[in-house]
Amino acid sequence: MKMAKTTLAVLGTAVLLGASAMAQAGATLDSVKKKGYLQCGISDGLPGFSYADEKGNYLGIDVDVCRAVAAALFGDASKVKYSPLTAKERFTALQSGEVDVLSRNSTWTSSRDAAMGLNFVGVTYYDGQGFLVNKKLGVKSAKELDGATVCIQAGTTTELNLADYFRANGLKYTPITYDTSDESAKSLESGRCDVLTSDQSQLYAQRIKLAAPDEYVVLPEVISKEPLAPAVRQGDEEWFDIVRWSLFALINAEELGVTSKNVEETAKTTKNPDIGRLLGTEGEFGKDLKLPKDWVVQIVKQVGNYGEVFDRNVGAGSPLKIERGLNALWNKGGLQYAPPVR
Amino acid sequence: MLTHTFKPDQPPPRTSVGIVAWLRANLFSGWFNTLLTLFALYLVWLLLPPLLNWAVLDADWQGSTRADCSGEGACWVFIKARFGQFMYGFYPPELRWRVDLTVLLAIVGAAPLFVRRMPRKAAYGLAFLLVYPLLAFWLLHGGLGLTPVPTSRWGGLMLTLVIAAVGIAGALPLGVLLALGRRSKMPAIKVLCVTFIEFWRGVPLITVLFMSSVMLPLFLPEQVTIDKLLRALIGVILFQSAYVAEVVRGGLQAIPKGQYEAAAAMGLGYWRTMGLVILPQAMKLVIPGLVNTFIALFKDTSLVIIIGLFDLLNSIKQATSDPAWLGMATEGYVFAALVFWIFCFGMSRYSQRLERRLDTGHKR
Repeated sequence: MKMAKTTLAVLGTAVLLGASAMAQAGATLDSVKKKGYLQCGISDGLPGFSYADEKGNYLGIDVDVCRAVAAALFGDASKVKYSPLTAKERFTALQSGEVDVLSRNSTWTSSRDAAMGLNFVGVTYYDGQGFLVNKKLGVKSAKELDGATVCIQAGTTTELNLADYFRANGLKYTPITYDTSDESAKSLESGRCDVLTSDQSQLYAQRIKLAAPDEYVVLPEVISKEPLAPAVRQGDEEWFDIVRWSLFALINAEELGVTSKNVEETAKTTKNPDIGRLLGTEGEFGKDLKLPKDWVVQIVKQVGNYGEVFDRNVGAGSPLKIERGLNALWNKGGLQYAPPVR
Repeated sequence: MLTHTFKPDQPPPRTSVGIVAWLRANLFSGWFNTLLTLFALYLVWLLLPPLLNWAVLDADWQGSTRADCSGEGACWVFIKARFGQFMYGFYPPELRWRVDLTVLLAIVGAAPLFVRRMPRKAAYGLAFLLVYPLLAFWLLHGGLGLTPVPTSRWGGLMLTLVIAAVGIAGALPLGVLLALGRRSKMPAIKVLCVTFIEFWRGVPLITVLFMSSVMLPLFLPEQVTIDKLLRALIGVILFQSAYVAEVVRGGLQAIPKGQYEAAAAMGLGYWRTMGLVILPQAMKLVIPGLVNTFIALFKDTSLVIIIGLFDLLNSIKQATSDPAWLGMATEGYVFAALVFWIFCFGMSRYSQRLERRLDTGHKR
């Protein structure tokens, strides 16, 4: 009876406090270490970003970010438990403490960053809305799409972006809205619409669904900025830093040419001070982050560097075959740039 | 002596027996029905060949990857490759025998209940209802010597069945109590039951699930997390019990007043009147309504997709987002439809059998 009363009291207080409960500094790291695993929020199925294979293992870029954090923390990338979340649940799950990291193809926007009680750690994938058209149409640029019938997926910002773009360029179009990506792919195939619009990363997946993928082409224009970023709860800077630098480690490793194959060898033999600092053979940079000395070695050994992660999940080594584009390193014409470890 | 020998009967005219007669009576009786039959045949001719081609003749059955599919017909290889996941979700493959055993125990344990003349059937049934859920929970969830499998790894048809079974098992007794409460003469109980029923009937299941998964965690302290499946199960039970209550109430209202008075004249109290006289008659009357509700519940389980639980349908959806298997949505959904149909049809057949067996000649 007493227990029931206590529970009631706790419940009552919780209701009063509501969502205002804020994470305390250091709380997440401690609780993750105590649990012995990382609870990671991913999507309920998005090709290349988070999906499950035949054996039930989760794969994808978003999944690999969580694996990298686990590798840095525990030296074991497999110490992650995944919570597949729908788009509606995702931020609540993070705010309520159900997950420690939200790595679920979420676009980094000012309103989400400022108003939703969360912090985005850095961009894992620079996405943007694009167009998929049949080659027969002979269209080379989105500017030639005047009068086209456009297939859209309902309930996303896609519709608004599309309206903005066509209005800004003085073009006319007829929208057809669909509920799922499968429906819109079938509709493009049957010729009910001339062009399909969605985030570029998803257009490549849509293209594979078609009976003759080679007859369709993704146009070069990108009409919106969709930087996909993992997020953590606001108010826990220590945890924020750990997740952020796990991501930066992936990018830095690629820039310095450290791969999953050569990382152990490089750590022993390197004369390059940059690599030495990154891999923990020079200085004590892991300690500042409350991470083991060899944290980057573990990340790269078990997960790979950013380039390997990209290739394996969405790039040349995957069925999607997405080009690096904006996601190439800064010194190769892309935007991926990470501050140095020093 | 004069004997009268009967001539053997003439066989009936050929047009009134056998296939011809059946065709005439059922398909071609009159010009309108003939027209309808011809139209239906035309539709079948139009639809069946492409369907057969797609599903059987051009379909690919052999192999293990997408490359083994020609793309002309259905790619059943996808279903084959992912079958384990569709059935068990992410339940660890080496532990799937536990799920099988749970189902087997349910079948073996419930079998005696279907034997008509089993002695002490009621006692056995009660014991089964008390012991089996605990056993099933232990087997599925683990602990006490078994490797624990958290509910986040449950999925596929297994999860669908868990939600449906727990929903039915929980909603039926609760619904009966609510129905009795709504007809109670005690005002407090009556108001409580009416409010409960009208509240839960007034909201869609999808919002119940959504609230349980999105709003509830916000009200709980940060470290307290209630299992997502448990939240969904409670939501389903509360929601469904309101529907069951109204169905049962319909049955209670159909019992003539004389039955209550007769029971009172025998000196039976409230619970005995209900348990021995009223409910056995009322429940028999509402079998079609109850089964209707349960079939609806079984199909509604697929709504858990919006809270990220991987029931059969969501497992299939998830599998179609694997880059190695993109574009297999049609095959997946056809398979899901087939499985759902098998279960719902089974329930409906069973209820018809039950009705016939419990028939005591009241029906007209």
